[in-house]
Amino acid sequence: MRTRFWRQRTNIISATLTLIAALLLTGCFGNDEEDWNGKNISGLMPELEFDLINSQGKSVSGDDYSGRVRMLFFGFTSCPDVCPTALQKLNQATSGLDPALQDEVLTLFVSVDPKRDTPERLAKYVDFFGDNIVGLTGKEPQLRELAKRYRTTFGYDEPDADGNYAVSHSSAIYVFDREGNPRLLMRPDLSGEEIRHDLAALIQEDA
Amino acid sequence: MSLLDYLLPYDFSPLTILSYMLVMGFYGVGLIRMPEQDRPGSLRIFAFTLGVLICYAVMQTRFDYYAQYMFFVHRGQHLILHHIGPILIALSNPLPVMRFWFAKISPGWRHTLRPLGWVYNVLQQPFIALFLFVGLIYFWLWPSIHFDAMLSRDLYWVMNWSMLLDGLLFWWLIFDPRPPAITSSLGYGRRMLVLAAAGVLQMFLGAWIVFSRDMVYDVYEVCGRAWPLDPEVDQLLGGMLTYIPPAMMSILGILLMLRRAMHQDGKYTNQSKQLEETAS
Repeated sequence: MRTRFWRQRTNIISATLTLIAALLLTGCFGNDEEDWNGKNISGLMPELEFDLINSQGKSVSGDDYSGRVRMLFFGFTSCPDVCPTALQKLNQATSGLDPALQDEVLTLFVSVDPKRDTPERLAKYVDFFGDNIVGLTGKEPQLRELAKRYRTTFGYDEPDADGNYAVSHSSAIYVFDREGNPRLLMRPDLSGEEIRHDLAALIQEDA
Repeated sequence: MSLLDYLLPYDFSPLTILSYMLVMGFYGVGLIRMPEQDRPGSLRIFAFTLGVLICYAVMQTRFDYYAQYMFFVHRGQHLILHHIGPILIALSNPLPVMRFWFAKISPGWRHTLRPLGWVYNVLQQPFIALFLFVGLIYFWLWPSIHFDAMLSRDLYWVMNWSMLLDGLLFWWLIFDPRPPAITSSLGYGRRMLVLAAAGVLQMFLGAWIVFSRDMVYDVYEVCGRAWPLDPEVDQLLGGMLTYIPPAMMSILGILLMLRRAMHQDGKYTNQSKQLEETAS
């Protein structure tokens, strides 16, 4: 009798647990309320913090640029395609914003190739992609620390006969709100229009 | 990079290191203090230590770096955490050491710890154990969840620990050394059924990844790879690691169970006959 009772009980328990698991799963797959083109990363990553040098050679931290919506992008100036395309697109997206909003957003271009990218070279490179962009770099350990913080990495290929080498790096754009909270992760295949839509929404939500 | 850099953790987790130290500490001290006749043989001690060490190695050495930035290395990591490590630990049968420590727990504590036993009994229901074992693989490989888990440090740790703990529960249920004829452990037929079901369900998922034409797991694309490997090759290798070794391990497990069942065939019937006789 007793074993039968327990057998029935465990059946009920297993059915309940399956139901709970199913409910949890549907909860996880629910859509975000907001209609972002980028991927919502609120709560998944730590807030914006770094310890780097800018293109004037001065050391800067995350607080130095607070109060604006910031887009963090890893790259290097000798990058043949990914970086110029992405930076061009970001420039397009921001320059198409309402002029009053344009100064509310800042692109942080972090070069992960400090050996070749001196502050001067970095300054020349970022100036080419508009006004609201800052070039940043640092010593390799500092850059590794930042990359690890945002769950990404970079690596160097073997140099060719001329000493040129490719650098593998993240192709994503990390977007932080004015308080420095991580908000969106943009894949490079988004259009300038789609990026602009998200940026405008982020700028206006805090204003 | 020096050898030390390869051996030191990429993402240092004090809780993980502490847990491993406690497990090895309790195992070692238990071995030394327990009576000679209960002590497991050297092969079993070796299997246990190896199982624990490889799980530690994929979590707290440079291996973890590659697992974070390469899909196929990540699949290898889970193969060890969810299969190979727990299989070695379960086959090493650490039961005598656990019994030794259990005897040291005071009755009062044993009473407070009883709910833990109930939870354990529910989790070890064959259907629930199978659901958890396969469900966790599907859950963490669900593309949107996988993306989040690889982006969030906390989720990443939850993922790896849940795989390890569930692997231990599942393979202990399967390889429980106590004969089901005279103890409450799961019958051999059921163990084989659970193994077969787990194998088939994992093969579906593995085959789906292997034969996907599109990039299913693009987080490695977005966040950079540890070295410039072709994304399709990475996904193919990862899919194969999800597809083939787990299926092979299910079959090996079934063979092992068959062997045990054949060995024990008829062994306990006399005993149960005697029991019946004394009962009547």
